[in-house]
Amino acid sequence: MREGMFRNISGCAISGIFSKSGKRFSGKSIIDSIAVMHERSNGLGGGFAAYGIYPEYKDYYAFHIFYESKSAKKECEEFIEEHFDIINLSKIPTRKVPAIKDEPLIWRYFVTPLPTKLADSQLDDKEFVVKCVFRINTRIDGAYVFSSGKNMGVFKAVGFPEDVGRFYRLEEYEGYCFTAHGRYPTNTPGWWGGAHPFSLLDYTVVHNGEISSYDANRRTIEMYGYKCTLKTDTEVIAYIFDYLHRKIGLTLKEICSVIAAPFWSTIESKPQKEREELEYLRNAFASLLITGPFSIIVGFEGGMMALNDRLKLRSMVCGEKDDMFYAASEEAAIRVIQNDLDRIWSPRGGEGVIVTLEGGKA
Amino acid sequence: MAVEYIYPDYEIVRDYDRCIVCRVCERQCANEAHEYLSDKNKMVADNAKCVNCHRCVSLCPTRALKIVKSDHTFKENANWTGKSIKEIYKQAGSGGVLLSSMGNPENYPVYFDKILLNASQVTNPSIDPLREPMETRVYLGAKPERIERDEKGRLINNLKPQLKLSMPVMFSAMSYGSISYNAHESLARAATELGILYNTGEGGLHEDFYKYGKNTIVQVASGRFGVHKKYLESSAAIEIKMGQGAKPGIGGHLPGTKVGEDISKTRMIPVGTDAISPAPHHDIYSIEDLRQLVYSLKEATGYTKPVIVKIAAVHNVALIASGIARSGADIIAIDGFRGGTGAAPTRIRDHVGIPIELALASVDQRLRDEGIRNNVSIVVAGSIRSSADVVKAVALGADAVYIGTAALIALGCHLCRSCHTGKCNWGIATQREDLVKRLNPNLGYKRLVNLMNAWKHEIKEMMGGMGINSIESLKGNRLMLRGVGLNEKELQILGIKHAGE
Repeated sequence: MREGMFRNISGCAISGIFSKSGKRFSGKSIIDSIAVMHERSNGLGGGFAAYGIYPEYKDYYAFHIFYESKSAKKECEEFIEEHFDIINLSKIPTRKVPAIKDEPLIWRYFVTPLPTKLADSQLDDKEFVVKCVFRINTRIDGAYVFSSGKNMGVFKAVGFPEDVGRFYRLEEYEGYCFTAHGRYPTNTPGWWGGAHPFSLLDYTVVHNGEISSYDANRRTIEMYGYKCTLKTDTEVIAYIFDYLHRKIGLTLKEICSVIAAPFWSTIESKPQKEREELEYLRNAFASLLITGPFSIIVGFEGGMMALNDRLKLRSMVCGEKDDMFYAASEEAAIRVIQNDLDRIWSPRGGEGVIVTLEGGKA
Repeated sequence: MAVEYIYPDYEIVRDYDRCIVCRVCERQCANEAHEYLSDKNKMVADNAKCVNCHRCVSLCPTRALKIVKSDHTFKENANWTGKSIKEIYKQAGSGGVLLSSMGNPENYPVYFDKILLNASQVTNPSIDPLREPMETRVYLGAKPERIERDEKGRLINNLKPQLKLSMPVMFSAMSYGSISYNAHESLARAATELGILYNTGEGGLHEDFYKYGKNTIVQVASGRFGVHKKYLESSAAIEIKMGQGAKPGIGGHLPGTKVGEDISKTRMIPVGTDAISPAPHHDIYSIEDLRQLVYSLKEATGYTKPVIVKIAAVHNVALIASGIARSGADIIAIDGFRGGTGAAPTRIRDHVGIPIELALASVDQRLRDEGIRNNVSIVVAGSIRSSADVVKAVALGADAVYIGTAALIALGCHLCRSCHTGKCNWGIATQREDLVKRLNPNLGYKRLVNLMNAWKHEIKEMMGGMGINSIESLKGNRLMLRGVGLNEKELQILGIKHAGE
């Protein structure tokens, strides 16, 4: 049985680094950070999201695609050509690392929707891209788009995260934000697509935990056109963010009040305006409440957010130094790259720590 | 004719060593099964009159009584059961339709009993409800499709009217008439104390109970008994009764003997007249007509109350529910074929409709497939027997459940299924004053509160075991369910996996 045919639950390590000034830095530090938490992974999945890495192509969607065969690649490329202008395409550069085996074909495309196709679809360009990504991932056997945002990219594989980082030559990329994940799945995945981060457009999620609300969330989000192909908790969380942020238009803080909603007893102790707003959010989006243990780092264009479940059943620590923000499962993973911190703290359960670029987008 | 004599189903067994001839049994039995023989200073019983309601057994001060199933039998026949034979005798004698009460007792599958719940181990911690908050509050009503903000960017509350429940259980529709004043009072007071709702049924609302309006769902049924402006306005929500699980496709009948002064006033019909609810609403012959009634009721109450449409679970229930979800209803109540009744034709009760578990699963999935699940809440009934049934129903996709029979049992009902006779010894399904006063609402309401609090504790325990600390994360969470002994088709309809998968 391959991953995606069953629900695979896992424990994990996560880490994220963000430069509020938008200063670009090498991917080496995120590898160093996640490597410290080696014990929290078991070599069955690792990955990274990197933001601000494609400035020369920043107006184009960057598709990162796994192919299991040449025929899948051929079929997928035909589909992409039919729907997009391809500005550039290439193999994603990798280096041989003994621990990383059985790699699929890994390709990258910088694309923009064909104006005629886009007009015909009557969709905005982001929705058009989402539809096309789902089309490829559900209809083209052996092709899987694992990254589809602008000026950002996901890099992931089966292996320990530090090996995955070296495999993708991540130290050669420079960006203003990196997140990372080391995976400890409870049964063996055989597939690279199952590693974190999960992404849609520029939203990426790395996640430590197992959510007990999974099927309630999945069945709700699928109602809005999302297809959970991988059957992992994390994929659902990524789609919930896309739905609430991009489609519904909630702010990130409001989203925290939906997915990690305060308890009713807490809500009742708030001043009237705030109480009404929190009541509204919990009621209106009740089925998107996420329960069970989780810590997540969500990356998006120009920002990053760290969030714990409402009971804080998973560890997560945040740190700050000058314009740099850090979040990780363990303090050691922050200290290894920056020991001289202005501030270090454990955010409370349900309290999203949100950082964005000063002066807007990168 | 001799053939009409049927040996009784039950026998009253009296231990004469214990009997002190206090005659309590005689006074307590409205069916007059017990008799005092003064010449012999001895109690005797006519088994033929016994309905097996246990009133005498419960009140006998010396524990001298018990009721046993008769071992009198016909010659064994796997096809022609004693029940079938006796029913034919009865009908050959009377020429009438057989009447029954309470829910379908026949041996059809109970799917709730073939579904098992999950619990956390290792990868996900279970949560202890004694140490951590565990939330059971639910809101019923349509959810918005988009948000709106004011000029300062603050969220505007664009929710349609909602019902707030402290736990996902309500008392289902039982009319004043089918049950007694004291039973109604018990339900109304319990609902108020619990922060849930009870339902008037189709018999109107007694003026004394208007004060419980915030916890009252008022029903508008095909007979329109007791429906007027003040009635609608006094309520928290209005329910249009299109059907009932115990008798899908037919109306209702309250015999004139039960229509005394009080009921006559409440129902707005003359004393002593039969109250007959037609099978259909005569202003609803299709879905577009239902929409008009939904909006008429909303207009009449200024769009301040949710409207519930209650239907019986029948074969194409998913399709019907989808239509209702598009006709302005805020809540759909679905009543399964085991739902209770004060009186129904036996053949209808025992042979029409489908199990609520299957109906719920297919309605929930259908509404999701159509992307309209959040337009309505789903409430299910018929029959929810325990907190485990509640948890399973919510995990299958229900927002809340209605309980009727379980509530009556809490009030003392012993499920003798003789409500239609009007001689309920427990003071529940009767209008006879001497019987009604046997149900003390001060005690009755407390027993209902106890039952619901007990269920709430159990619901929290089960949720905590699954690692879920709020009921909304359980709703539709079918991965928390596994089937045992179900075939592929049943599992497919329920949308669950088999145990071991």
